[in-house]
Amino acid sequence: MSKINQLFKEKPNRLCSVYFTSGYPNLNDTTTVIKGLEAAGVDFLEVGLPYSDPMADGPTIQESSSVALKNGINLDVIFNQLEEIKDEVNIPLIAMGYFNQVVRYGAERFCQKCQSVGIETLVLPDMPMIEYENTYKAMFAKYGLSNVFLITPQTSEERIRKIDEMTDAFIYVVASSSITGAKGTISNAQIDYFNRIKSYNLKSTLIAGFGISSKDTFDTVCNHVNGAIIGSAFVKYIGANGVDNIDAFVKDIIG
Amino acid sequence: MSKFQVDEHGYYGQFGGAYIPELLYPNVKELEDNYLEIINSEAFQKEYLYLLKQYVGRPTPLYLAPNLSKKYGAHIYLKREDLNHTGAHKVNNTIGQILIAKHLGKKRIIAETGAGQHGVATATVCALMNLECIVFMGEVDIKRQAPNVARMKMLGAKVVAATSGSKTLKDATNEAIRDWIQHPEETYYLIGSVVGPHPYPDMVARLQAIISEEMKWQLKEQTGKENPDTIIACVGGGSNAAGAFYHYMDDEEVALVAVEAAGLGINSGESAATSQLGQVGVIHGSKTILMQDEYGQITEPYSISAGLDYPGVGPLHAHLFESGRGTFMNATDQEALDAAFELTELEGIIPALESSHALAVLGKMDLKKDQVIVINLSGRGDKDLETYINELEKREARNHE
Repeated sequence: MSKINQLFKEKPNRLCSVYFTSGYPNLNDTTTVIKGLEAAGVDFLEVGLPYSDPMADGPTIQESSSVALKNGINLDVIFNQLEEIKDEVNIPLIAMGYFNQVVRYGAERFCQKCQSVGIETLVLPDMPMIEYENTYKAMFAKYGLSNVFLITPQTSEERIRKIDEMTDAFIYVVASSSITGAKGTISNAQIDYFNRIKSYNLKSTLIAGFGISSKDTFDTVCNHVNGAIIGSAFVKYIGANGVDNIDAFVKDIIG
Repeated sequence: MSKFQVDEHGYYGQFGGAYIPELLYPNVKELEDNYLEIINSEAFQKEYLYLLKQYVGRPTPLYLAPNLSKKYGAHIYLKREDLNHTGAHKVNNTIGQILIAKHLGKKRIIAETGAGQHGVATATVCALMNLECIVFMGEVDIKRQAPNVARMKMLGAKVVAATSGSKTLKDATNEAIRDWIQHPEETYYLIGSVVGPHPYPDMVARLQAIISEEMKWQLKEQTGKENPDTIIACVGGGSNAAGAFYHYMDDEEVALVAVEAAGLGINSGESAATSQLGQVGVIHGSKTILMQDEYGQITEPYSISAGLDYPGVGPLHAHLFESGRGTFMNATDQEALDAAFELTELEGIIPALESSHALAVLGKMDLKKDQVIVINLSGRGDKDLETYINELEKREARNHE
């Protein structure tokens, strides 16, 4: 069983994940951030692969990606950084990037590298489902990688059920119809949406992302789904405070 | 079945498709499910053609340029898209898409723009149809295309500056897509070129196809034959070229020449000649050829012409390039400027900088005396006057020495 599914078995509720941009705020902060988040009690991590044109991300993550790229980050540097701390990291790692990065690097080579540094889950928000089914599903499987799909309030029930069938890690529930960005509250419309998804009795673990920035929003979301991913709020925090006090940020949210 | 039309899955050969975040899937699917039915309906055709005739001023002339022909020793015709209302071919597409948006019940229109021609054409049809209009434009382009920014504002559009990356067309497109993600239900994204996820490239090509449809009967009228030997058009994303090539793609006797912007030179590091510098990848929702580094990071392009300053090319053009059906040439900033001055002096027509790239390859081609060439003069040069005035001053200073 993959690490992440083992985790979901042991801890079905209040799962806390954090997204961070590799190479941000400084090139070599990647390893410090990973170790800091694990020590602070985060359950699994989304390793952001900075991209020049991140169209599914908001301004905070775009800006951090642009800084990281200027710092000299690239896929080879990231894989080397992960390799360096492979034996010290126990929590599951997810890589999040854009489809063009994988295509250009060479999909098979990318998968190989992911496997060798301990990544077992991928989020590629602009990879079409049909490409996954026709081409990448088999390739990912060969390297022990599972793919995560996103759903939104506009996704039809039929499509959600299809995604549920294809999922072997978790479904990434986009919590608002806005892009990623700290917003501060969870609306009633979002709660209705969570409840609607829950009523489908899906087999997959549900993790909410986008717009979770505080203890309040985290708690509210965890009343409805299995856990949440914090992205922009964390990136903003390390941008302002550096990477030495990650513990304080995490404790403020998960208590 | 045409070899060069989009297939049922939204691909041109290996290019095209819809590489979009899940957040945009319902919007794109809605459009994909409806666009052909809408475009082919009698009601749409009637209104579209009426507006093109009475509002835009079509058909645009096909003009045999006598002095240019004499200079280059061939029969050179100009398809006068510069005479369209708003000053370029862009309005053919915006008229069509605004009718589609209305049919889908959308109230809020967003668009990206490079040179500002598409922004103006979008703001124009939004004024006509009384719809809210927001145009995203790179900060650099806002500065170099000031007259078009003023026109958009006068037409009631809100112009939003894109301040990321190279602050040009690519970044304006990113911002437009972001906005679309934030407002998926009420918003229609009116894309200005044959780029973006399927069905946009096919939809925009169909709406620009009026250019080559007219060329056919105009050539027949003037030369006795529907087919020219060669069609030349500039390519950024490639919408005017798609329109000029559309009805000729399967007539392989007609040479299709696409001209890209070489900027300061192909190998100068300051260029936008995608087919020469790019590799296969994904940009703005479609698989195509794009300028990128070894890690798939999209390279910042450069051209003097804001309309050609784009690191990708529409998937149709990537297919024409890869299959060899299209001939891809390029022109530098200076060559385009020289061609603009030449056309102005010889024919009394001031072309847009974009279209000047198409004119600039005449001197690089091996032309025959009886060769019939159509150059798609996609836009007029009013918006580029500041650039032209700078060039004029340089020329005057040189003459003075």
